[in-house]
Amino acid sequence: MTVLRLKSETIPVTAGQSVLDALLAHGVAVPNSCRSGVCQSCLMRLEDPSVEIPAAAQAGLKVSLRVQGYFLACSWQPTADLAVALPGEGLDFHTTVLANEDLGAAVRRVRLAVPEGFVWRAGQFLTLLRNDGLARSYSIASRPEDGWLELHVRRIPGGAMSGWLHDVVQPGDAMTVRGPFGECFYTTGRGEDTLLLAGTGTGLAPLLGVLREALAQGHAGPIRLFHGAVSAAGLYLRDELASLCARHANVRVQPVVLHAEGACDECVVGALDEVLLSAAPSDWRTARAWLCGDPMLVARMRKRLFMAGLSNRSIFADPFVPSAPA
Amino acid sequence: MPTLYEQLGGEPAVQELTERFYRKMLADDRVSDFFDDIDMDRQLAKQKAFLTMVTGGPNHYTGKDMRTAHAHLLQRGLNDSHVDVVVHYLGETLEELGAPAEAVATVRAAANSLRDDVLGRR
Repeated sequence: MTVLRLKSETIPVTAGQSVLDALLAHGVAVPNSCRSGVCQSCLMRLEDPSVEIPAAAQAGLKVSLRVQGYFLACSWQPTADLAVALPGEGLDFHTTVLANEDLGAAVRRVRLAVPEGFVWRAGQFLTLLRNDGLARSYSIASRPEDGWLELHVRRIPGGAMSGWLHDVVQPGDAMTVRGPFGECFYTTGRGEDTLLLAGTGTGLAPLLGVLREALAQGHAGPIRLFHGAVSAAGLYLRDELASLCARHANVRVQPVVLHAEGACDECVVGALDEVLLSAAPSDWRTARAWLCGDPMLVARMRKRLFMAGLSNRSIFADPFVPSAPA
Repeated sequence: MPTLYEQLGGEPAVQELTERFYRKMLADDRVSDFFDDIDMDRQLAKQKAFLTMVTGGPNHYTGKDMRTAHAHLLQRGLNDSHVDVVVHYLGETLEELGAPAEAVATVRAAANSLRDDVLGRR
């Protein structure tokens, strides 16, 4: 008898039955709609990366989801035992702070030790948990090969977590992280593509993750990074970005500020979406875009790139949704 | 006899069809407001399910889905003129992708047959 394992439960699957039908029959509430592998409502994740997922169970999924073991529960009739999870279900990992450094622009770079078993891709995000249960999400700018988790934390006025990270947290302090989540990361293949990376504020963290991974994978096509802020005082890591450009001829970094007053020499003054669209490649079929930061701006950039001709499947967005007021 | 879904080229072709169709809808002021504040990923997935159905691809889409999905838009003034726009762009996009005239007519008819469900009529 074939079985599914979901958390601590073991659920039988009859011959020819889909993962979805087996779970529903067992009373597990899995969201679903078309049951035809189209609507993607029944998205689930395979826990064991060594098991091969049939192509039909991943038809139409973005590469970023496929490589993470996501599949459509309605479209897999398993013939062997599977350990599965609902999307977003993660484990908590314990870690310690390695470094906590001021980057200017009210941003600190917090480096955490990599917890045993924590597998991520640069640009994904994690949820940081304080002992009292306070939780906030931060993007990961580092690659697993770097040997640490790099987070960029902007001080939010009155922010409980950011205030604590800025004022209190020291190297050696214990932390808990949950995740990783999100689709904002580089995937291999199509190494000649034009990569457009655009974000505001600490939206730079995931974009830097994507950039670092692309370079590590030997991406040969043009990479254009647009870092937006209200004024030049909101930009950070400029020296580090400049040195990346100096080392890699295919990388260009463009600071973009809204207000002419206080703009830097290299700054373009204007709205980030306008500047991004003005950098349109000649062929959208060989372009990909990562968009991070302010949700309204991310939505606007996404829509404009799509309307200009970029496939929705080539747009990876990570809107930074602020936490709800307590 | 292969379905139009198969003739067009299956899933990748319907993805292209969906994106082209959605761009037309978003660019048209008569209907674009209905798509404000909507998650593009989810909207495209729904439209793809719809286009998969009307081209004869694998689906379990029902009129009840269409009724439920559009109920909240009726208060925002959704009416026959908007369905006309959908049917028009659907046909136009299929023609662009080289669908035979007969198949386009069949799809238009299939889309029109959902009109009462979309508009919440009995």
